[in-house]
Amino acid sequence: MNGTVALSAADLQQVTPATGIFTLIALLIALPLAGAAILLLGGRRTNRWGPYLGVLTVTGSAVLAIVMLVKLMSLPTGSRSIGQNLYQWVFAGSFKVNFAFQLDQLSIVFVLLITIVGTLIHIYSLGYMAHDVDRRKFFGYLNLFVAAMLILVLAGNYLLLYVGWEGVGLASYLLIGFWQYKPAAAAAAKKAFVINRVGDVGLSLAIMVMFVTFGTVNYSDVFGSASHASQGTLTAIGLLLLLAACGKSAQFPLQSWLLDAMEGPTPVSALIHAATMVTAGVYLIVRSNAIFDRAPWAAGMVIAIGIITMFMGAIIGSAKDDIKKSLAGSTMSQIGYMITAAGLGPIGYVFAIFHLLTHGVFKAGLFLGAGSVMHGMKDNVNMRMYGALRKVMVVTFITFGACYLSIIGIPPFSGFWSKDDIIHAAFERGTLIGVAGVLVAGITGFYMTRMVAMTFFGKARWEDDAHPHESPKVMTIPLVILGVGAVVLGMALLFWGNIKTWLEPVTGLTEAPTVIPDWAIMTISLACVLVGAAIAFVMYARRSVPTTAPRGSWLTRAAREELYGNEVNNTLVVRPSYYASRVLNWFDARAIDGFVNGLGGFTGAAGTRLRRMQTGFARSYALSMVGGAVLVILALVLVRL
Amino acid sequence: MNPIMASAPALFTIRSVDYRAISPVLIILAVALVSVFVEAFVGRSARRPVQLVLVFGAFLATFIDLITLHATRLVTAAGSVAVDGPALVMQGAIILLAALAAMLMAERMVDPSGDPFAARASSLPGSVDEAEFSARGYFQTEVWPLLLFSVAGMMLFVSANDLLLMFVALEVMSLPIYLMAGMARRRRLLSQEASLKYFLLGAFASAFFLYGMALTFGFAGSVNLGSIADAVSAKPSQSGLLLLAVAMLSIGLLFKVAAVPFHQWTPDAYQGAPTAVTALMATTVKIAAFGALMRVLYVAFGGIRWDWTPMLWIVAILTMVVGSVIAVTQSDIKRMLAYSSVAQAGFILVGVIAVSGKGLASVLFYVIAYGFATIGAFAVVSVVRDASGEATHLSKWAGLGKKSPVTGAVLSLLMLSFAGIPLTSGFIGKFAVFSAAIANGATWLVIVAVIASVVSAFFYARVIVLMFFSEPTEATASVVVPSAFTTIVIAAGATVTVVVGIAPQPLLDLVNNAGLFLR
Repeated sequence: MNGTVALSAADLQQVTPATGIFTLIALLIALPLAGAAILLLGGRRTNRWGPYLGVLTVTGSAVLAIVMLVKLMSLPTGSRSIGQNLYQWVFAGSFKVNFAFQLDQLSIVFVLLITIVGTLIHIYSLGYMAHDVDRRKFFGYLNLFVAAMLILVLAGNYLLLYVGWEGVGLASYLLIGFWQYKPAAAAAAKKAFVINRVGDVGLSLAIMVMFVTFGTVNYSDVFGSASHASQGTLTAIGLLLLLAACGKSAQFPLQSWLLDAMEGPTPVSALIHAATMVTAGVYLIVRSNAIFDRAPWAAGMVIAIGIITMFMGAIIGSAKDDIKKSLAGSTMSQIGYMITAAGLGPIGYVFAIFHLLTHGVFKAGLFLGAGSVMHGMKDNVNMRMYGALRKVMVVTFITFGACYLSIIGIPPFSGFWSKDDIIHAAFERGTLIGVAGVLVAGITGFYMTRMVAMTFFGKARWEDDAHPHESPKVMTIPLVILGVGAVVLGMALLFWGNIKTWLEPVTGLTEAPTVIPDWAIMTISLACVLVGAAIAFVMYARRSVPTTAPRGSWLTRAAREELYGNEVNNTLVVRPSYYASRVLNWFDARAIDGFVNGLGGFTGAAGTRLRRMQTGFARSYALSMVGGAVLVILALVLVRL
Repeated sequence: MNPIMASAPALFTIRSVDYRAISPVLIILAVALVSVFVEAFVGRSARRPVQLVLVFGAFLATFIDLITLHATRLVTAAGSVAVDGPALVMQGAIILLAALAAMLMAERMVDPSGDPFAARASSLPGSVDEAEFSARGYFQTEVWPLLLFSVAGMMLFVSANDLLLMFVALEVMSLPIYLMAGMARRRRLLSQEASLKYFLLGAFASAFFLYGMALTFGFAGSVNLGSIADAVSAKPSQSGLLLLAVAMLSIGLLFKVAAVPFHQWTPDAYQGAPTAVTALMATTVKIAAFGALMRVLYVAFGGIRWDWTPMLWIVAILTMVVGSVIAVTQSDIKRMLAYSSVAQAGFILVGVIAVSGKGLASVLFYVIAYGFATIGAFAVVSVVRDASGEATHLSKWAGLGKKSPVTGAVLSLLMLSFAGIPLTSGFIGKFAVFSAAIANGATWLVIVAVIASVVSAFFYARVIVLMFFSEPTEATASVVVPSAFTTIVIAAGATVTVVVGIAPQPLLDLVNNAGLFLR
């Protein structure tokens, strides 16, 4: 390891073929996939036992993943990258793509996060969705999601990753729109789909550029030959991958779908839109570390996007009264931290993943806690209608509290360790980046305390017919497990699991000196968090909270409007495309309306009228062909000139 | 300087023809003639079974014949027919897809009146004549010889190595389709409009092609593609005539592939024609037209590719963008599929622009994958009906996925394939053409193409949303249970889409081993 470029150790770690337990890598995916197939194709026959089967398949994958982790830990450091080649998927001349999986230190932690948190959320859903008529389908979609997400993180090449990438997008779309009778849910699903496609453009172009540059899309080959590609190409690939990450991880400027996605059932928000899928962008960047290490400009853009989103999410989270949307703002902001860390390069990759894991657990806990509260409050999401719930929902309160202390970064809770590491790494890169991290930590303290204060403290502002009660065991047990995770996971990963040395062979790890000493950074950021929390506590727990939102400052109003992300989208993209389509359509077939109207009364007179209209148009079609001919000729002649 | 005088051939020269090599076309033509006689001499009740046996027998025999010929690479009939890899692959695909389209045409369970075609095409819509024919329960079987002639034309079109033969093949392919497009049993006026319009504009496009052929002859002194290529490389400086010739020929062929701005016939023709005929137009004709377009551009004008690729860039971009954008606002599924087919033509043109063996192979892959998905989609359209016949207005598709989950799921799968979502054949196809284009430096074109494919994903997704995310209403159409014919077509479309998406290797091998055009 010398110099700055050779730091990505991915080049050095050889992929060894799968033997023993690792030949079952495909089974990790096959289990939930089979579950999805049985539940979705089996129809009503599977209604009775379907949900339990859905839980079992994911649990099976989780157990298998744990066994694989143990086995992987027993292997020597250099040979922990396992490849399994199912078959040759595409083979065209020099271009080969295998349907191949790669299990290494990076993917195993994702597999564990997905399957274990996934199992807990499946169990929780047994209670949460107990009264939903379509719950079999719900578990089918959840299984489908788990399978696709596992393909995404276990893929051994970018093309297979793309399969998983689209798969999770599809599952996310189906689940956001699960309650499609709500128009808002259907609209949110469509929005998520469309915005994600914009990000997917980035990924598919990146893959094609890689293919043209390296002649392959396998991780090991691409990373191995990344040093031979030009700076410009690597920057282009890096920026395209960043675009993809922005779409999937709801980063600026493609962030607006995530808040709307909260229309989906709460377990979905917890699993897909907090713990796993939205972190796929971080995974993509960390996995492609060999490219970003050699494209400093692209990595710089990653940091910029991360910081912008970090602030946006925190500000939005501070103003929303909808508990899920406030949490969604928080998710954006926390992923902003991870993206920033990933942009820092080898000093940050490990911490991006570390924070991703702790966040996956405590944010899932927060969402499930919010779901438990909603369950008790007749699905009301307005925090202004909550208050004083700590007495009636004790388990929810304690677990939510543990996750809360974790996210704002109070030692020794999980979030403290991972966030502190990111802020520290940011200071290593540049003091300003570090200051941004500290400031957002302060805002995090504010909005999370606001949420806890409005929900669990203060006076009861319940609606008259609300009878808050604790949720059933099947929901509280997962909450307890996640709450314990929020307390111990950080320490466990850091001290027992040794996450830094574990991930180093994949991501590389270096340290750089900081201007401000370590203890000072930690003290300042803790102080910021406490100040933020104190302000919020005074504002929302001590003073009474009005049940209708006050007008608020311009910043509050802007934040409630999600910082006008939707308006920007509408003005810049939606409206122009809509009008373009209308105008083109008008040119193309002015007859459509008449046509459709005419179809109704399709009798003699209408038919004659229609016929007359149509022959007229054949003439104008011919005229436009002549126009086209002129165009073709001009195009040919002008080239010669 | 008159090239005709310089090399005037003897009046009567016996050219050798390798009948074995061109036997697939001959089989179809021979059976087509027999089929005409069947119309004349076999009794009304026996005609349909006899015709069906003839048609499917001819397709089967031709397909087997093509398999035995698969290694043939030769140019015969005085250099006017090239039996090469691309031609054989396309002929095979045309036969398979035409057989599927024929199954849709043979379907009799779907329409309550028993047949998708008018009882007698010549009777005026709404006339006493028509009513009488329908009342007597007559069915017409003239579509079968028409289909066979058209298929023979297509097969010849993709292997014609000579502009004159290509023109003849073009007309043999097109004329029967113009007729068949006007034969719908229901909405006959609309169908006849479609037919007339397609015919008028098709004739107009043929005139362009013919004029281009004349100009080419003026330039090269020959209509043989190989000789044209020689003339192009010998005297590229005489550009005016040559460029005009390329332009005119391209226009004639771009019309057939439905590229913008020569696409306006597509939505009207697709909507008006009987769905089985639309399926034929959208799949086999598209394959044949791309085959001919590439053969002309690659073989005859490959030497001046730098002159025509910019023109194709413009056409491809227009086609992708206009097709995708307009499809967004369509409210009729057949019109939407028509604009979708326009957009898809644009994506295929991206592969044509690669001007390489890889580009050729990727286009072959794409048209085959697209053909099977398309025929499946139209087969689904044909079984979604209400009291007035096919329910093509999208408002009638709301909640269809809940009423008929299997049909909804199959159509969703095909839509995902059109949108290029992984693990479907459409994804591999798009990946193949786009990477072939990037490999030849057309990166910006591919960026436009990918963006257009995002727009197109929107309207494909809209159909899925409509089927599964809306509640069925009073107006929602229902799915008629078809006979084995349509079921086979839907199953084939879905199966090929999935299998080629998951295991594309055999098809990739096939198109890669097809090699290049002979000259």
